[in-house]
Amino acid sequence: MKQTHLNGEADRPYTLVAELTYRCPLRCLYCSNPTVLSRAAASPSPSANARTALPAKAGASPRAEAQSELSTEEWTRVMAEAEALGAMQLNLSGGEPLARTDLEALISAGRKHGFYVNLITSAVGLSQDRLLNLRAAGLDAIQISFQDEDAEAAARMAGRNVHAPKLAAAAWARAMGIPLTVNVVMHRENLGRIAAIITMAERLGADRLELANAQYLGWALANRDLLLPDRASLDRARATAAEARLRFQGRMEILFVQPDYHTDRPRACMDGWGRRYLIVNPYGQALPCQAAASLPNPVFENVRQRGLKAIWELSQGFNAFRGEAWMSPTCRGCEFRAVDHGGCRCQAFQLTGDAAATDPACSKSPHHHLIQSSRARADLLAKSESAGAPARSGQGGASSPAPIYRTFPATVTVPFPGGK
Amino acid sequence: MATDYFPRLSGKARLRVDRVSGATFLLYPERGLRLNATAAAILSLCDGCRNVAEIARAASHGTDIGPGESEREVGTFLADLAKRGLLENGPA
Ligand code: SF4
Ligand code: SF4
Repeated sequence: MKQTHLNGEADRPYTLVAELTYRCPLRCLYCSNPTVLSRAAASPSPSANARTALPAKAGASPRAEAQSELSTEEWTRVMAEAEALGAMQLNLSGGEPLARTDLEALISAGRKHGFYVNLITSAVGLSQDRLLNLRAAGLDAIQISFQDEDAEAAARMAGRNVHAPKLAAAAWARAMGIPLTVNVVMHRENLGRIAAIITMAERLGADRLELANAQYLGWALANRDLLLPDRASLDRARATAAEARLRFQGRMEILFVQPDYHTDRPRACMDGWGRRYLIVNPYGQALPCQAAASLPNPVFENVRQRGLKAIWELSQGFNAFRGEAWMSPTCRGCEFRAVDHGGCRCQAFQLTGDAAATDPACSKSPHHHLIQSSRARADLLAKSESAGAPARSGQGGASSPAPIYRTFPATVTVPFPGGK
Repeated sequence: MATDYFPRLSGKARLRVDRVSGATFLLYPERGLRLNATAAAILSLCDGCRNVAEIARAASHGTDIGPGESEREVGTFLADLAKRGLLENGPA
């Protein structure tokens, strides 16, 4: 299928995001992993051998789930096929990619196929020896996620106290000369500590600090009232980040990603559907975006059944929201349609039930009131907090909801050196 | 830029040719910059032993671009890379 875009550039992937596993020792309140996993998502092809046979209930046990993950050989083929399409960056992500015992082999395979190989990790379970092995295998860069600068607050967010081993892992990465990105998902609980978070990243010697506000999809949507910041706190944090960005220029790149709930304009999600990114999930489903498996209508295909080139170019799923024909009249007549591509399809679906709707984050959306009312609740909560009624997460404050931790896919334990 | 500044591509950056467009890309953590032919040529001269004036002279050699203009152009491009933390000073 031929697609024409206003900028005339063809759809081709630059980045392959390999979600190696959904297993993870943490359960962050804003986790971007699926909240439910459809059977289809976890089904290997009928031709797959008996070892990877379809579990009776997808993800019914961590073991069954692990069995249906793509093998080393399958991932290596996926890398070769993605590289042939033009992908040059490889993000090894999850879940927690360290849970894969073949991570070293996957890194070498990535390098062999010419990728710049990034590991996106919580660093929980990482030992100094393993990091040396990953580096020796050809790892180019590491991104370590921190929940906060304050260990206790971080533990509330991740469901486990792992702040100290994260700090240690970041220090090893620096000592080994591995470029380090510190990633912190920002929300109501930690925005006020942004200055301390920046100092933490500086002390760790990070090359790059990503301060990305939560995107309210999946688990983060379930926890939205607990995470969404009020306007005033957000503005203060943004000003702090802007000042630091100038101060650290050339030493540490600082990125502050606003929550689209407060911008009245949608994000250009994934730079547009099926244009620049190719995601393959642990079970081989190829997706235009990490959250896309939550959508009911597009049919996403599996790399076990079809080559990536055919999936990228021809599949219904990848073509569902390319171009402009699918757009609502609101977007189709809008001057910004080539800029933001109508916003995030997953957000449109999760808030309105219609994946082709204008993203409610946009002020032109007929559903924008959903965003506005949520924003108003966040402002109200902040007011009641500052009036002296602490409504902290998990303490049952009058207006503050209880946290909902991810329960599925099953949380499994990965080796945790020096931990309890 | 100072005469004792001898830019070299940082260890975290790598050049590769894009198989789709044939353009040279500068890859660094989770990102890539598409370089035009001039930018790619300038970067190939950044060996940590030449300063900016020397790079500009070599880059404009055999062209009709004047040394002043070349040095300004090279300086702007390298300053942009330096802002992104992609350059180091001196030989590897
Ligand atoms: S570290 Fe947190 S956000 Fe990342 S996969 Fe695990 S639970 Fe999800
Ligand atoms: S109407 Fe559609 S295209 Fe226009 S700004 Fe809103 S989301 Fe973007």
